[in-house]
Amino acid sequence: MDHTDHTGHAGHVSSPGFYIVIFAALLILTFATVLVARIDLGVMNDVVALGIAVTKAVLVLLFFMHVRYSTRLTALTAVGGFLWLAILIGITLTDYMSRGATMPVPGK
Amino acid sequence: MNTTTTAESLVASPETGHERPNYLNATYGLRSWLLTKDHKRIAILYLISVTAFFALGSLFAFLIRLELLTPEGDMFQPDTYNRLFTMHGIVMVFFFLIPAIPAVLGNFLVPLMIGAKDLAFPRINLASWYVYNLGGLFTLWSIVHGGVDTGWTFYTPYSTHYSNTYVISAALGIFITGFSSIFTGLNFIVTIHRMRAPGMTWFRLPLFIWSHYATSLIIVLGTPVVAITLLMVAAERVLHLGLFDPALGGDPVLFQHLFWFYSHPAVYIMILPAMGVISELVAAFARKPVFGYKVVAFASIAIAVLGFLVWGHHMFVAGESAYAATVFSVLSMLVAIPSAVKVFNWTATLYQGSVSLQTPMLYALGFIGLFTLGGLTGVMVATLGIDVHVHDTYFIVAHFHYIMVGGTIMGYMGGLHYWWPKISGKLYPAFLSRLAALLIFCGFNLTFFPQFILGYLGMPRRYWAYPPEFQVLNVLSTAGASILGVGYVLPLFYFIWSMRYGKNSGDNPWGAVGLEWDTPSPPPTENFYTTPVVTHGPYEYTVKEVHDRTSPTEARVG
Amino acid sequence: MASTTIDTHHHPRLQHQFDSLEQQKESSTLGMWMFLVTEIMFFGGLFTAYVVYRTKYPHVFAAASHHLDVTLGGLNTAVLIGSSLTMALSIWAAQVNKRKLIVIFLIATMALGTVFLGVKAKEYSDKFTHHLVPGAHFAPEDPHLQGVAQDQAQIFFSLYFMMTGLHALHMIIGLGILAALIRPSWKGRFDALYHTPLECTGLYWHFVDIVWIFLFPLLYLLGAHAH
Repeated sequence: MDHTDHTGHAGHVSSPGFYIVIFAALLILTFATVLVARIDLGVMNDVVALGIAVTKAVLVLLFFMHVRYSTRLTALTAVGGFLWLAILIGITLTDYMSRGATMPVPGK
Repeated sequence: MNTTTTAESLVASPETGHERPNYLNATYGLRSWLLTKDHKRIAILYLISVTAFFALGSLFAFLIRLELLTPEGDMFQPDTYNRLFTMHGIVMVFFFLIPAIPAVLGNFLVPLMIGAKDLAFPRINLASWYVYNLGGLFTLWSIVHGGVDTGWTFYTPYSTHYSNTYVISAALGIFITGFSSIFTGLNFIVTIHRMRAPGMTWFRLPLFIWSHYATSLIIVLGTPVVAITLLMVAAERVLHLGLFDPALGGDPVLFQHLFWFYSHPAVYIMILPAMGVISELVAAFARKPVFGYKVVAFASIAIAVLGFLVWGHHMFVAGESAYAATVFSVLSMLVAIPSAVKVFNWTATLYQGSVSLQTPMLYALGFIGLFTLGGLTGVMVATLGIDVHVHDTYFIVAHFHYIMVGGTIMGYMGGLHYWWPKISGKLYPAFLSRLAALLIFCGFNLTFFPQFILGYLGMPRRYWAYPPEFQVLNVLSTAGASILGVGYVLPLFYFIWSMRYGKNSGDNPWGAVGLEWDTPSPPPTENFYTTPVVTHGPYEYTVKEVHDRTSPTEARVG
Repeated sequence: MASTTIDTHHHPRLQHQFDSLEQQKESSTLGMWMFLVTEIMFFGGLFTAYVVYRTKYPHVFAAASHHLDVTLGGLNTAVLIGSSLTMALSIWAAQVNKRKLIVIFLIATMALGTVFLGVKAKEYSDKFTHHLVPGAHFAPEDPHLQGVAQDQAQIFFSLYFMMTGLHALHMIIGLGILAALIRPSWKGRFDALYHTPLECTGLYWHFVDIVWIFLFPLLYLLGAHAH
């Protein structure tokens, strides 16, 4: 329906209709995240909000930024960038989440 | 067979590199250099800039060592001393050690070694040089106005609240220069991926290229973090935001996390390119392929990746949790493994090789020994129990100088001496170059070995006065620094001398194997007259080549 | 369209260091992706600070977030996603050789980007009015944000302004790049065979959209269920 190759030179071509479908999905997800935020779900609020944000980002990456139709190197680059940010935030958090925790002392 | 050379035999070929059009004489005039897109000319521009900053950083070092000749603080005010070691660190780290090998040797050699006409983005390459100098100007402005006194590490809240020096301009200078580094790294990554000559598969690449690829990954992933962190410091300083100020709910250790997330991998930015040089030197001067090529290649990548996971070892006593410290300690020991593997493999390369002790090889051998010492002491300080005692002492200072000076600078000097004929088409005097190498090696050890002892005995770093019982070791260190200084000045003179008076080197004076040696010295602007087609791996020194060393080596200047 | 008489090894837009247009395009897009990786890490430092302080001061952050206008933020999110759509469509227009449509969609992208910045300006001015700009005049009227909580709230608003400000700066630069593309597009510089600058700009613009996709829930939706 949407990603037929029109010319040999332009590489993959997605149709405008397909882009609009992705756009609509992104809008729906935006509404969803605003609505869910109004309900108190405790710690799940963060999980859902981040989950929706990641889903939206993946849609933009795959279809607007054409990662779906690009080389493996491109996909690796995108994944690598976000992975490295996860390392920065994740390892830094291990410090903050273990502050004040006491280490077990042998024999006590 | 013929090991002595005469002036006549050197000019045996009818047309030397200098008589043909090459990148040096292709166009003339200042504009043709300042607006060049040729990676080789940009490398020369960088050579001039980094040398100038190295001289400036050395000047600060010299003043520090002068003060430390006596236990009392008698040459400078304590505030001034703080500025001296800060500016020494900032200039050396950001304006010399990080850019030098990639921007000088990398820029010159990466396209040649992979068989390309230039880097992927020549204009970005030129821009990176201008951005480097712009950042340098901001930092120089800061120096001229008295410098910064926070230490090159800019720890908060001193840098954000209490210091009354020009923190923001120095931070901005580093911020700007960071972009220069990013441009270079980005350029190398794309070039190595997309512009290799036909037949140049990944595992036929010289290890110099693997090292620079790994370095570029670090640059791209790490530099932006220190950039944003310095911006946060500037914002905090101007607006008293509280991001890093405990009085306002902020955490100074957060600054340290963000700062060291880059600055630890930065030390791998400094050492990986030097390791790449050493791989090339060891192969060329043992006339053998590097032992365990694939392992060394993967070790470069491993160092780059693991290097990002260990930054907390700079913060063992800063207030990070004991759990985090333990994890960082273990990971820090892991990162030593690929480095050690490289040392083993270089040593194995020498075994049963046809070793010749030309000047570049002297630097390579010096590197292997000194880097090993620096690396082993690194494992020592990765050990939590030891670091609690030696943190912020001269033990740490000695450790990182063994790596950065005994490692990186030796690699840089070895590389300059090895590829000087390629860059300039000239030979430098053999005796003087060996003398310089010897002075550097001896001067270096005399400067920094006593500092291991001083630190272990408890002398703190960044102090301008010390207890009298430490004086003898300090005097030895300063004496060593003087010898080291002479050693560094000599190449400056004979390299420049060689441009005018040196003998023409011929295209491949070392008889080395590599695409960069398959083209004239100095190379034509477009690097190769025809695109090379690669059919074998690097370091293919055949038995014939080992026994048939007819290529002239260094000139014997009377 | 399947066969070509255009020689991709001697195209007028082919730079001397490349052998073919394909190599040039692949290199340019890889270069742009590498640059985007640096941007992820650049914004990443601020996200890290945000995560750390959000963990330390969850209640103050939620209370402070309550002062952000979810409607305006949500509207801006929709506007920015819309601008990503128009950006993607301008590249599609190049791929199908529709010169005028390229320009129309570029202008649409710029218009939506400008709307975004306008809304942002309104939000910033509201903060100024309510003394919520960090610095010497930071003085929230909210009873939940007094004393120690005021300092912690200042950290929230520092991060708010730095993150959205850096984002807005990237949008302004993006608008400049888009503007610079209009004339060449109008002149027919881009077609199915060559539209690399459009693609690279598109990657940049979509990335700026992704940053906002994360900023919006983290900054605006924290306090949505409180009170």
